[in-house]
Amino acid sequence: MSHSPPTYAPDALPDAETLYATLLDAVRTEIGRLPAQRVHLVGIHSGGAWLAERLQGDLGLAGRHGTLDISFYRDDFDRIGLHSQVQPSDIPFEIADRHVILVDDVLYTGRTIRAAMNELFDYGRPASIRLAVLLDRGGRELPIYACAVGGFVDPAPQGSLVLARAADGRFALTLEKEASHG
Amino acid sequence: MANPQLNRNGELIHLLTTEGLPRDIVHHILDTAQTFVPLADRDVKKVPLLRGKSVFNLFFENSTRTRTTFEIAAKRLSADVFNLNINASSASKGESLLDTIGNLSAMQADLFVVRHEASGAPHLIARHVAPHVHVINAGDGRHAHPTQALLDMYTIRHFKKDFSNLTVAIVGDILHSRVARSDIHALTTLGVPEVRAIGPLTLLPGGLEQMGVRVFTDMRAGLKDVDVVIMLRLQNERMRGALLPSAHEYFKHYGLTHDKLAVAKPDAIVMHPGPMNRGVEIDSAVADSDRSVILNQVTFGIAVRMAVMSIVAGTQA
Repeated sequence: MSHSPPTYAPDALPDAETLYATLLDAVRTEIGRLPAQRVHLVGIHSGGAWLAERLQGDLGLAGRHGTLDISFYRDDFDRIGLHSQVQPSDIPFEIADRHVILVDDVLYTGRTIRAAMNELFDYGRPASIRLAVLLDRGGRELPIYACAVGGFVDPAPQGSLVLARAADGRFALTLEKEASHG
Repeated sequence: MANPQLNRNGELIHLLTTEGLPRDIVHHILDTAQTFVPLADRDVKKVPLLRGKSVFNLFFENSTRTRTTFEIAAKRLSADVFNLNINASSASKGESLLDTIGNLSAMQADLFVVRHEASGAPHLIARHVAPHVHVINAGDGRHAHPTQALLDMYTIRHFKKDFSNLTVAIVGDILHSRVARSDIHALTTLGVPEVRAIGPLTLLPGGLEQMGVRVFTDMRAGLKDVDVVIMLRLQNERMRGALLPSAHEYFKHYGLTHDKLAVAKPDAIVMHPGPMNRGVEIDSAVADSDRSVILNQVTFGIAVRMAVMSIVAGTQA
């Protein structure tokens, strides 16, 4: 980890905008190490897609960001079936030989990221994949880490952290009781 | 009676008919299908959703297009597909339908796609399979062909965006057509304000008005100002009965030509479930024109069947 994002107690989480500012700096640093013409942001539906959209603008990147809906790649289909609101994945650029920065809101078990990587490879063979997340809540079940993080929360909160986007584009994080599948 | 295609939470567990299929489930199927369409542009045109699942295509009645598109759909979902042409096997040796199903279930089938000449056969199978096994009706007798109706709805939505202002005409042999029946139920469920049936009296079933359908025996009157024309295949065997004089006579009155189509809206689309009889129910000049969306229907059919399979396979009994 090249930057040192802060660690917060669950009852002392800053607002999502503060986390976003840290994440933006971290992603900018990460992209600075890569060949600019061959870097693409890909957000995971829905929170990650909002973040990728805003990062794309704030970083002044050319073109459009990509979005992934990993519903068809989940490992819990046999248990919970198909999500009721699947969105089309949209990758408006070649994946082959590009550096992809996957963007998601909350990093938890890592299963969503595994599914997203599997889906990305069905578009082509990327040069590399990095991961940027607004909040890392620990609890990994797979060997996956983020290179750009807005903040850590420790110990893990009870319930699921959900990102919301207001009409003016500002982000808010809320804690919901149901445990996350992420 | 409970709807046998829904579980107790109202989720789709089998697809047997469009009759009584809730509107939100129809929209869910069409929306899900839309997410499968872009797959065709990717390097890898499949997703791992049904990996490890076994799909049995049970065709007790011949079909090339429907069986093939179900097979493609299942393979794009990474399922293992087994095609059984039952006409040529057990049924002709006297095995009962439920014994056939029992044997295939013992081979760890997860999903049956069933076409049968007897109306209600897929319902019978759905009532007898194990709770984790799903059934999709690929056409039963004169009763229903729900995936064809759903791909027709997908095609209409793709070209017309909204169902709430449409006039849709179904033309031809309505009496023997499971497609017509399933289309009428689906169009009504989606809120299409005017559904018309056009055909000779001998090929129009009773009770259409009770389904909310306007009936026409004159094709020009029936096509006036319609947005969508769904042509039906005229089955050759009807000609041998006393229902129709001749193919030539039928074409003269009910064959779709540019001349007859001229009374429809200028942007009206022409659909056909296939296989077409050119020069019987449709003129080649229309079938091959830019008004025709017949080949789009085939392509969308794959995405719609993927959607139906993935939704039912993910629903618990």
